[in-house]
Amino acid sequence: MSKYRMLKYLRQEVLPTTMCLGCGGGTVLNIFANAVDELGIDPKDLVMVSGIGCSAWIPSPYFKADTLHTTHGRPIAFATGIKVGLPDKYVVVISGDGDLAGIGGNHLLHAARRNIDIAVILVNNFIHGMTGGQVAPTTPFGAKTTTTPYGNIEHPLNISETVAAAGASYVARWTTANPFMLLKSIKKALTKKGFALVEVISQCPVQFGQRNKLRSAPDMLRWFLKNSVPLKKAMKMSPEELEGKIVIGEFIDRERVEFVEELNKIIRGVYVNAD
Amino acid sequence: MNRSVLRKLYPKGNYFMQGDEAIAYGAIFAGCKFYAGYPITPASEIAETMARELPKVGGYYVQMEDEIGSIAAIIGASWTGLKSMTATSGPGFSLMQENIGYAIMTETPIVVVDVQRSGPSTGQATKGAQGDFFQARWGTHGDHPAIAISPSSVEECFWTTIDAFNLSEKFRMPIIILADGIIGHMREQIRIPDPEEVEVIERRLPQNEEEAKLPFGGDLIPPMPIFGRGYFTHVTGSTHKETGMRDVYTPSVHDKLVRRLHEKIEKHKKEIVKWEEKFTDDAEILVVSWGVSAKPSLCAVLRARSEGIKAGFFRLKTVHPFPSERISKLSKKVRAIIVPEMNLGQLIIEVQRFVNDDVRLIGVNKIGGVPITSEEVYNAIKEVV
Repeated sequence: MSKYRMLKYLRQEVLPTTMCLGCGGGTVLNIFANAVDELGIDPKDLVMVSGIGCSAWIPSPYFKADTLHTTHGRPIAFATGIKVGLPDKYVVVISGDGDLAGIGGNHLLHAARRNIDIAVILVNNFIHGMTGGQVAPTTPFGAKTTTTPYGNIEHPLNISETVAAAGASYVARWTTANPFMLLKSIKKALTKKGFALVEVISQCPVQFGQRNKLRSAPDMLRWFLKNSVPLKKAMKMSPEELEGKIVIGEFIDRERVEFVEELNKIIRGVYVNAD
Repeated sequence: MNRSVLRKLYPKGNYFMQGDEAIAYGAIFAGCKFYAGYPITPASEIAETMARELPKVGGYYVQMEDEIGSIAAIIGASWTGLKSMTATSGPGFSLMQENIGYAIMTETPIVVVDVQRSGPSTGQATKGAQGDFFQARWGTHGDHPAIAISPSSVEECFWTTIDAFNLSEKFRMPIIILADGIIGHMREQIRIPDPEEVEVIERRLPQNEEEAKLPFGGDLIPPMPIFGRGYFTHVTGSTHKETGMRDVYTPSVHDKLVRRLHEKIEKHKKEIVKWEEKFTDDAEILVVSWGVSAKPSLCAVLRARSEGIKAGFFRLKTVHPFPSERISKLSKKVRAIIVPEMNLGQLIIEVQRFVNDDVRLIGVNKIGGVPITSEEVYNAIKEVV
């Protein structure tokens, strides 16, 4: 543990983490710390914002930066105020699918539409983990959860496609079984001007896996690898062929006017100089 | 706030404007630099004025996707050091309640304006009311303190908003302004002062890293280690230790935190609670009112006195905490207390808690969107003469 290179980025007094054995959250925290390290970002220039749920605990309180642990579903809205106030800092939201795409889905859409310079790492484990494994808006069709004991009859939200369509500058999706691509995309999200989303498909063997014949973390990771389809290949497949598959890759990477810069342009235009 | 900028933009003198606009100008004079909101009648004019004026003083207007996002954004902005405000009406105020609790728990200075309208639900969307008296006190869940202040004229909208910012900065908590649709939309003459005449209080910031280590303890009102200064501040709505670190398992940690949140208000009640009273020295009948209903109440008291009736007038400026000691003391000298308000009896419940049983307590309650008239209050006074 003491030899772990990323330890310097963590609040060591609050370790060990609350994550369950095999949770993908640790992978995300590790890769995020590596991204910060490789980019040479001073943690004093980072503000981490999260909501409620297991994935909200990935940055908070563990990552040693300014950390705002907010209410359920709202971290992106809180982060909006922070980014306006601190336009020169990296404002990063790390939270889960239930938090950001379920209860907080509207804030996700509108932050993408505004294209505000926030990096969002949305950890999608298909389930409401912290509350005990209830169905989420991302749960695959047919999957068993504590509130879909006969199988899920709803269709999951395609988060990355939705956020790309809403107007984000950068959107990528990887699984925890693609750590190097994930690292590359998180680095890109941090440095991209505008709204950036990295959707991380992450394993929850305890609440999701066990009820869906994927009892351990390795089982789940193998399932991710087997089911993943690169975006380029997916484009040539029919919706039927893509049913139940995880499409991975960069969904969008473009330059688009950023919200806080525009806000400051207005001020520069009308600000009254008293002298 | 750069006083010369204010002087140039808004030279001192008399203006004719709506209550909503006066709230916006009050916010600007108090140093507000961030406003997030969502349109709603009868509060939209506050947003419109802020959108137009804030950039002129170097402030930011953000229209959010809903009221939940609006209050979330102002809390976030406040943690970067910007004085922040949102404004709404009943339905939006209901949506904001969860994050009002978050601001209380995380000791975040913000100002939330509720331009009350007729409810429940969508009710009479364009009509004023005073039905949120208790929502301003108990709207969010759990034990919590609350400060809510209520203007009863357009000019007071300006000064109340400055008070709200000062209280929020001083006590590190959300302050509720309970305006109403009638005052919000009413136009009156108001005097814009020279910025020199406005006392502006700024939050206490840590002077060094040592002071930043206890953002939620140490002092009754701890300094606020805002983000971006390298303090590695941790803020959570969960029960936390003085350092900010979550601890939901130790009963004494929760007890100490929540009692301190109450104590910072209780210990400063004298300084926080403001009211106005007239003719109370010899009053036998006391009219107690607030907000829009205070004007007709005072008119009725003046008319009664011109006829030799010993009527007195008491207006709450601070509705929470309630001026319990003063009401209790005054009630010992009067036969009857009349409480006019545009609801079915909310302030009267609070009054009742602090008066003796032998005092006749009469509500003048009107709903439907039309303000109470002085005639109606006068008739109530005549009934108890």
